[in-house]
Amino acid sequence: MAEKLLMTALSPTMENGLIVKWNKKEGDLIQSGDILCEVETDKATMDYESSVDGELLKILLPEGRKAFIGDPIAIVGDKSEDLSQLLVDSKSKPDKETSIISDFTHAEKEIKQLQRQKHAIDKIKVSPLARRIAAENMITLHDIIGTGPEGRIVKRDLENIIKGKKNKSINIVNPLAIETIGDKSIPITEKRRIIAKRLSESMYSAPHYYLKLSVNMDKILSERSEFNQVAKEKISMNAYLIKFVAEALKRHPMINANWQGDTISKFAKADIGLAVAQQDGLITPIVKDCGNKGILAVDYELRILIDKAKKGKLMPEEFIGATFTISNLGSYGIEEFTAIINPPGSAILAVGKIIKEPTVSMNNEIEIHSNVRLTLSCDHRVIDGVVGASFLNDLKIMMENPIKTLY
Amino acid sequence: MNQPRDISKYEMKFLINLLKEMLLIRRFEEKTGQMYGLKKIGGFCHLYIGQEAVSVGSIATLDLKKDYVLTSYRDHGHAISCGIEPKVIMAELFGKSTGCSRGKGGSMHLFDAEKHMLGGNGIVGGHIPVATGVAFKISYKKEDGVVLCSFGDGSIHMGSFHESLNMAKIWNLPIVYICENNQYGMGTDFKRVSSVENFAVMGASYNIPGKQINGMDVLEVYEETLKAVSEARKGNPSFIEIKTYRYRGHSMSDPAKYRTKDELEEYKAQDPILILKNKMLEHNFIALDEYEQIDKECKTLSEEAVQFAEESQEPSITALYEDILI
Amino acid sequence: MLITYREALRQAIDEEMARDENVFLIGEEVGQYNGAYKVSLGLLDKYGPRRVVDAPITEEGFTGIGIGAAMVGLRPIVEWMTFNFSLMAIDQIINNAAKMRYMSGGQLNVPIVFRGPNGPAEYLSSQHSQALESLYVHIPGLKVVAPASPYDAKGLLKTAIRDDNPVIFLEGELMYAWKGEVPDGEYLIPFGKGDIKRSGDDVTLLTYSKPIKLVQEAAEALENEGIQSEIVDLRSLRPLDEDLIYQSVKKTNRCVIIEESWPVASLGTHIAWLISKNCFDYLDAPVELVASEDTPMPYNHSLELAAQPSVEKIVQAVKKVMYR
Repeated sequence: MAEKLLMTALSPTMENGLIVKWNKKEGDLIQSGDILCEVETDKATMDYESSVDGELLKILLPEGRKAFIGDPIAIVGDKSEDLSQLLVDSKSKPDKETSIISDFTHAEKEIKQLQRQKHAIDKIKVSPLARRIAAENMITLHDIIGTGPEGRIVKRDLENIIKGKKNKSINIVNPLAIETIGDKSIPITEKRRIIAKRLSESMYSAPHYYLKLSVNMDKILSERSEFNQVAKEKISMNAYLIKFVAEALKRHPMINANWQGDTISKFAKADIGLAVAQQDGLITPIVKDCGNKGILAVDYELRILIDKAKKGKLMPEEFIGATFTISNLGSYGIEEFTAIINPPGSAILAVGKIIKEPTVSMNNEIEIHSNVRLTLSCDHRVIDGVVGASFLNDLKIMMENPIKTLY
Repeated sequence: MNQPRDISKYEMKFLINLLKEMLLIRRFEEKTGQMYGLKKIGGFCHLYIGQEAVSVGSIATLDLKKDYVLTSYRDHGHAISCGIEPKVIMAELFGKSTGCSRGKGGSMHLFDAEKHMLGGNGIVGGHIPVATGVAFKISYKKEDGVVLCSFGDGSIHMGSFHESLNMAKIWNLPIVYICENNQYGMGTDFKRVSSVENFAVMGASYNIPGKQINGMDVLEVYEETLKAVSEARKGNPSFIEIKTYRYRGHSMSDPAKYRTKDELEEYKAQDPILILKNKMLEHNFIALDEYEQIDKECKTLSEEAVQFAEESQEPSITALYEDILI
Repeated sequence: MLITYREALRQAIDEEMARDENVFLIGEEVGQYNGAYKVSLGLLDKYGPRRVVDAPITEEGFTGIGIGAAMVGLRPIVEWMTFNFSLMAIDQIINNAAKMRYMSGGQLNVPIVFRGPNGPAEYLSSQHSQALESLYVHIPGLKVVAPASPYDAKGLLKTAIRDDNPVIFLEGELMYAWKGEVPDGEYLIPFGKGDIKRSGDDVTLLTYSKPIKLVQEAAEALENEGIQSEIVDLRSLRPLDEDLIYQSVKKTNRCVIIEESWPVASLGTHIAWLISKNCFDYLDAPVELVASEDTPMPYNHSLELAAQPSVEKIVQAVKKVMYR
């Protein structure tokens, strides 16, 4: 029976071999152990020994040619056997499929995203336990002084805050014990303390004045309603407000500025904050660079930010540094109010409830329109009355006739 | 060296079994070499080609229900002589779960506890104390068994050899130490690294009798081991140096350039299989076509072993953590 | 009954040899000399030379013999005069004892106990003072235990002898004279279970073997400063009682590990990593390690003491994790 002789691994690391020289020719009789040919491997030139007896019927791999391990190099068998079957059976080289699953691009994207999320703020040192306690108690680590080595925040630093122990001793009351009416002392959270501090500072340092007008919201409402019928995610009113404010700020850059004492610094972009209520206070998530974003983009970002705000997961740069703030108490039924400027901005827009009311038209006729009261608080150090008034007026024009925003 | 044995005093069946076993080892090892070349077997692979008479002749003296065999990593021959099926050995070489060691041992660690084949040991000389411990148990339990502990000329200078022989003698352990001297420890001619050339004296420091015999004659191996085994059963350990030769390199990656072609040819002329075959032909204990039939059977068994190994399952990934502790 | 650590070991060996005919003791000086540290006192007289075997000084040889005998059904106890000499037999332990079951695909097992004193005694200098548990604990296929009281010693040695796997049993020369209460009847202590030797809320002191005395002293010193320590005696090094460790650290939020091993890649460093991985959110400070100094042991006694853990070092480490 004729059989094929295969290229074998003559060294453990060999992958293929080159026939340097055939020591036998077709028709020669060979015995097991005879050296048939010399094969050049990755290491040296080795002798290839026959493992069978018989006649060398056919040389399949001539001198100078290479073959992979397992490829046939010759046929040995009985004298004058019919080889047609063996020769037809062509050995197909196994595809060296090097299919590398390219998760690389995906991984690269993820890494870049994570890197973007990395904060530029100084690293806070905190023990894993303290970090966990802080998260569970909704305490931001930013304002805590750590008493561990190199300022590490440790468990006892949080214990103090949780128990409300500071220089002043505050009575801690066991809530379960309270049944009666009477004056109570409630220990303040860190958050409350910060809100109190910042808003007091704003009030006392910026001379506030207030500008008020009414805006006809019919066109915006109709547009929004139409859009929301086909939209997958309904757009919030706040997104519209933010966008229009951003457009107005572009035309009145002096509003988007900040009193520095010796100078006034104008902000390059409109980073607009929206006041959002939380369980124990309020926070202003910021949509950055609203001038360069459409309403849909603003709305999308706003949704994410508000969700984070409600879960207490906003990072500092996401709520500190708004160049302009909007406060909307319309959904609480407030028709009109004045808000306190949120630094570093120099103005804040208070938005009330949209009310359907009779208005006198150009033709002296009574028409029913949906109106909203806007009250703009301005820092007089930066924004004079006329400046503030023109901004507010332009805002009204754009909101009442959105197409005018494109002029 | 002794004169060739008088073959006529043996039973034909006995001789045919010896011949068949040697041929089986030969064909199996040739197949193993091929399979290694096709990368079906990986790592170290030490072939027994040329040394068949040693495992066949020595293990033929044993009753494996009460006796034990331990050897080094050149263990394929011993495994076959202990009765482990070729297909189970090949499956182990292929790393399959149907292998004798369930794919966890490989070429150097063939085991069959039931047949008292306790390896297959990878560390040179590392198994000699272990074999001595097996003999210790036999003596402790007052059993009738003996231990054959085989190792190569590369092991004989290991401390473990000397420590073991000393303790075997002081405690009268039933053990026969067999040094299969195939003349080369890997690539080193044993004469370059031994202070004595005739290892028969290596037991003398421990008052253990030693003998040097011809490992190319299976009947000589048989007879001498038989004597040693019966002495061992009485609690007298002994040592035999069996001079043999391997026709291939130390392992698959050894081109064996450290010996001359002439030397190899000289020993090929002393092929233990041919020696026995020719004697048997001479005495009409076997006909040529009978021999060829046996050879063909051995080749078929080897091919079937490969097929079995190919078709067998790989161990499951859970086998990784199995059998670390009991 | 109040007995010494060495007597506890002797009782364990005696009881197990009486219970099972296959148990035998082999080592240097274990028979006629009654044991280099008198652990095997009287056993030769009771059981005879077949079962209490005096070996020549051939650690590799008689360790291998023990392993071979165990593979075919006996239950040897191999005594090394100290664990320093186990290094002569390391090939047999790691390549044979630990692997025989695995390599044979589950056909064989090695029910053997390797025992002897481990770690520094006094004035013995570098070659005779090594704590080698970290080497053995690294090897899959071995079990490793280190009792630190007579009660633990007896219960764990009986379990070790009955275990069908190779067990490294770490004693200590200076522990042999320690006294402790041991119940009168038979009892066994399972592997893989540590022991809380003292309860406390402020810091977990994790240790095993001889340093336990120092740890207990340190705990008392710390109590005077208002710090309540919890002492976890591991007892079983492989397998480790991870649940007990994590339970304690999650309670106290702080951990100091004390061991006699050298500090590089020691068992203590491995446990410190396990704690950092599994108790990360419960740690108020990094895990501290008090190990032997990273040096061979000197002969001079003051240097020798300075090289090892001490009450002072433990107290300092605790204060560090308490931020005091």
